[in-house]
Amino acid sequence: MTVYAAPGTDGAIATYRARYDHWIGGEYVPPANGQYFENPSPVTGRTFTEVARGDADDIDRALDAAHGAAPAWGRTSVTERAIILNKIADRMEEHLEELAVAETWENGKPVRETLNADMPLAIDHFRYFAGAIRAQEGSISEIDGDTIAYHFHEPLGVVGQIIPWNFPILMAVWKLAPALAAGNAVVLKPAEQTPASILYLMELIADLLPPGVVNVVNGFGAEAGKPLASSPRIRKIAFTGETTTGRLIMQYASQNIIPVTLELGGKSPNIFFGDVAAARDAYYDKALEGFTMFALNQGEVCTCPSRALIQSDIYGDFLADAVARTEAVKQGNPLDTDTMIGAQASNDQLEKILSYFEIGRAEGAKVLTGGHRAELDGDLAGGYYVTPTIFEGRNEMRVFQEEIFGPVVAVTQFADFDDAIKIANDTLYGLGAGVWSRSGETAYRAGRAIEAGRVWTNNYHAYPAAAAFGGYKGSGVGRENHKMMLDHYQQTKNLLVSYSPQKLGFF
Amino acid sequence: MSDDVSAPARVAVTEAAAELLVRLRAKHGDLMFHQSGGCCDGSSPMCYPDGDFLTGDADVHLGDLAVDEFTVPVWMSRNQFEYWKHTHLTIDVVPGRGAGFSVEAPEGVRFLIRSRLFTDEEWAALEGA
Repeated sequence: MTVYAAPGTDGAIATYRARYDHWIGGEYVPPANGQYFENPSPVTGRTFTEVARGDADDIDRALDAAHGAAPAWGRTSVTERAIILNKIADRMEEHLEELAVAETWENGKPVRETLNADMPLAIDHFRYFAGAIRAQEGSISEIDGDTIAYHFHEPLGVVGQIIPWNFPILMAVWKLAPALAAGNAVVLKPAEQTPASILYLMELIADLLPPGVVNVVNGFGAEAGKPLASSPRIRKIAFTGETTTGRLIMQYASQNIIPVTLELGGKSPNIFFGDVAAARDAYYDKALEGFTMFALNQGEVCTCPSRALIQSDIYGDFLADAVARTEAVKQGNPLDTDTMIGAQASNDQLEKILSYFEIGRAEGAKVLTGGHRAELDGDLAGGYYVTPTIFEGRNEMRVFQEEIFGPVVAVTQFADFDDAIKIANDTLYGLGAGVWSRSGETAYRAGRAIEAGRVWTNNYHAYPAAAAFGGYKGSGVGRENHKMMLDHYQQTKNLLVSYSPQKLGFF
Repeated sequence: MSDDVSAPARVAVTEAAAELLVRLRAKHGDLMFHQSGGCCDGSSPMCYPDGDFLTGDADVHLGDLAVDEFTVPVWMSRNQFEYWKHTHLTIDVVPGRGAGFSVEAPEGVRFLIRSRLFTDEEWAALEGA
């Protein structure tokens, strides 16, 4: 067991500055309007730094820097860019523990997750795209003996990226790595709940990237996000967040005729077929952990397995075991490596989760465990903690249909395969799903029948690079985490070349 | 808030949220709400300058909040409404940071939806309306 010292206290391995400006052109630049906003840690609820409150003027300056850097960056060889991405990964690896503590302090998630998931995945993501861009090839079509179509990949130029607060560094890296590999310059706006950890990273890697290739402007969505998303000076906008803002960003993009990629969340079903309980063995234990994955990252994951569907013949026993497993989740100081669930990212998140406890109960859903705020002692008393919660009810209830974004799962039962698929697909979303069965055939057929972009089969919440991630239905547009992501950051240039000396004869 | 006095309103606003709307209107002009779903700041009401978010056949107009001397229309996606229509919604406000492009976030507060089930009488009136 290790308890890391909080940033800003004696013995801390990560130290935040007292104030953060924007990161523009490879250096800190004060906000044009001179304003800053306070940034509290969800661990204690107390402010630990203040951050530049950007607006359209700052976005413009960042776009100037990006446009200044983009042409030369886009002309670098893929070898040079891959080397830089690998160096960024190496630098992050050298500072992994420090970055993990910084991320936990800003977001509230347990440090066991930032140490073992967020940071290793982010590091690997740079390496994956360093490899992918080296291996990428254009194509040639031989139209006829004299006519050849050559297809080249070209960068888009300057792109905008808007990052969510649930995995501040990892989600930024999911978008940065492919954009940089493909040769684009970036203006990135972090979420206002988690504006500082990405700047912590930018400082660490400042000497590795040419100035202006990555620019970070903080601020509120209405003041800084909107001028970025609606700017005619970006060639693409990428967003992870919710549906209304996703639609709004598409509307802005339509005015500038630029592509968008959107990752907009879900209400992911986690399906447990009866044969899961055929034995009380390692697999059964793994399935119970799979159920409890709704508490990973405090449930603040767009693919949170927030609906558990359990086959009727094992429902009672499996659910009893699942409740016991959930009640064993250790809540406490996120900086303690033994802590399994930390703090919700903000007070409004906490309030929203509590409001869903009310409507869930009002609709008749039964609380099997949890259902309340967790009151912790000492320094943690001001933090935003919720006890992992299991609701039992029916799929048409609002707690089964809306993304609560907290450690809350809604459980129901199904009779047979068709019933399971019907319930699983009765949702507006289609991002993730889980299927648990000892039968390869059942698992395969279920996976293909579920309308979702990612179906974890006998596992859940793994996010390796090289496994495409993205949504069906209301969950968005595009795929991340895979080399196909390069297509979202590239233009296709076609040279159609005639090697014939003969005229066509039309004129 | 509906023209039909026999049908109950689907939406309401708390006093604190109404006071905030008065201040926001002075800054941003006429306002609108669109209820979001999904990730991160989802399942929260988004407040925009009226018309900034384009609504269409894919949306349902839930009603207009009467605030002071003005009204604020509240919208929701039609497919989302199918799952929400049996509940009455009250727009409240809490301290927080928010996300998305909702205009109140810089004030250090966040609009929040509080829900209750319609009573059988209300539901019958809505179905008949």
